[in-house]
Amino acid sequence: MSNFNRAARSFLLAEFVSSFLLSMKYFFKPKVTVNYPFEKGPLSPRFRGEHALRRYANGEERCIACKLCEAICPAQAITIEAEPRDDGSRRTTRYDIDMVKCIYCGFCQEACPVDAIVQGPNFEFATETRQELLYNKEKLLANGDRWEQEIAKNLELDAPYR
Amino acid sequence: MAQTGEPDMLAHYAYALLIMVAQSLAVIVPVLVSLAFILLADRKIWAAVHLRRGPNVVGPFGLFQSFADFIKFVFKEVVIPAGANKFIFFLATMISFVTAVGAWAVIPFSEHWVVADINVGILYLFAVSSLGVYGIIMAGWASNSKYPFLGGLRSAAQMVSYEVSIGLVLIAVLLCVGSLNITDIVRAQERLGVWFIIPHFPMFVIFFVSALAETNRPPFDLPEAESELVAGHMVEYSSTAYLLFMIGEYFAIVLMCVMISILFLGGWLPLWHVAPFTWLPGPLWLIGKSLVIFFLFAMVKAMVPRYRYDQLMRLGWKIFLPFSLIWVVLTAGVLVAFDLAPK
Repeated sequence: MSNFNRAARSFLLAEFVSSFLLSMKYFFKPKVTVNYPFEKGPLSPRFRGEHALRRYANGEERCIACKLCEAICPAQAITIEAEPRDDGSRRTTRYDIDMVKCIYCGFCQEACPVDAIVQGPNFEFATETRQELLYNKEKLLANGDRWEQEIAKNLELDAPYR
Repeated sequence: MAQTGEPDMLAHYAYALLIMVAQSLAVIVPVLVSLAFILLADRKIWAAVHLRRGPNVVGPFGLFQSFADFIKFVFKEVVIPAGANKFIFFLATMISFVTAVGAWAVIPFSEHWVVADINVGILYLFAVSSLGVYGIIMAGWASNSKYPFLGGLRSAAQMVSYEVSIGLVLIAVLLCVGSLNITDIVRAQERLGVWFIIPHFPMFVIFFVSALAETNRPPFDLPEAESELVAGHMVEYSSTAYLLFMIGEYFAIVLMCVMISILFLGGWLPLWHVAPFTWLPGPLWLIGKSLVIFFLFAMVKAMVPRYRYDQLMRLGWKIFLPFSLIWVVLTAGVLVAFDLAPK
């Protein structure tokens, strides 16, 4: 009898019809895809995206060239050179991050005593050439200026958990 | 006579040629344009079942996606593998494209709306679409690389196997028609007052499944099984050569949809011969029916997992072939016993 049932089912295309009905049900369901470039998924305040060098409110750059980030960087993507500035303060003359080497672990941000190097919420920094991904101090400071509002807000939101 | 006759003859032939070219273009261009949207529909339907959106950026609802793809393909670099036989490599794409397009010559879109109303139309169609397999085998062989080669071998075996059952299905239908002319197939359904899907429903199913296998559609896309053969016979192709393969494939798919509409769903005939249905012109009916079949094609792609190779062969040779053979005998028997055979 079970053989007969099986044969009847396959001849009447039972499996096909039921799967067709099931897929028709899904056909009319609302889509779950995020319509990416036009709508984006939520990001955590801890999101580790593109790097940025921040400034104080008076425009002075935060980085004091302690080189802790360079030391902790597991991918050795950071290169820093420092010299005393004319006013005697210690500043970087060179701050490069090789974004191709970077593994986005966030250790640089954790190591920084003055919240100078941070990883902002930006993840859309694809480039056409490899050279463009070798960031220098200028580019990092520009990133800091561009993303300061979002970065400051994220740091504030995350502060209670630190 | 000869002096005055010759220019007349020339003019006559030139005129005939002009008509032929115009007719061919009148078929090929609309089919090509509609193909662009059918390709998009395929992707959209597939996406909808997966709860995805599908292409939606180029133009409203992504309607121009296929044209963007076309431009992309044309401007891509042509890569020829070092070990490939260049002549056969490119001949393969031409063959699969030309055979897929050539088959459209005998498709009647409505009464008298056919480029070549030949009396062995169905035989021509069968022959030309069978030639398409040469394109795939040659592509697999000429690429001189393992995946295309395996894809070509699989495809050859698959297409030959399912052509057998397609042939028998055609015989069953043709027994009721009494002619090999495709227009006559529709006329027979008009005369009998019933579409062949009703008396020949099992054959409709077999033809549909065989058409899937014949056009290398999922679940029978073994020749280009992405997960194992990357893209089968098309691995080494790029740019326009690949485009020709893809267009050829979709030409064949749409041809199969139209064939199913003509053989089983009454071609250009309206659903009923009463007022609101007869207002719609014949070609629209044919297109509508073909689109319904194409929707089924696309849904099958979304819902059925790929067959294993031995399952594919088992289905073709051990189930479809005997079943359609029995059906042919049965049809012939019934037609003779009740004296229904078309004279």
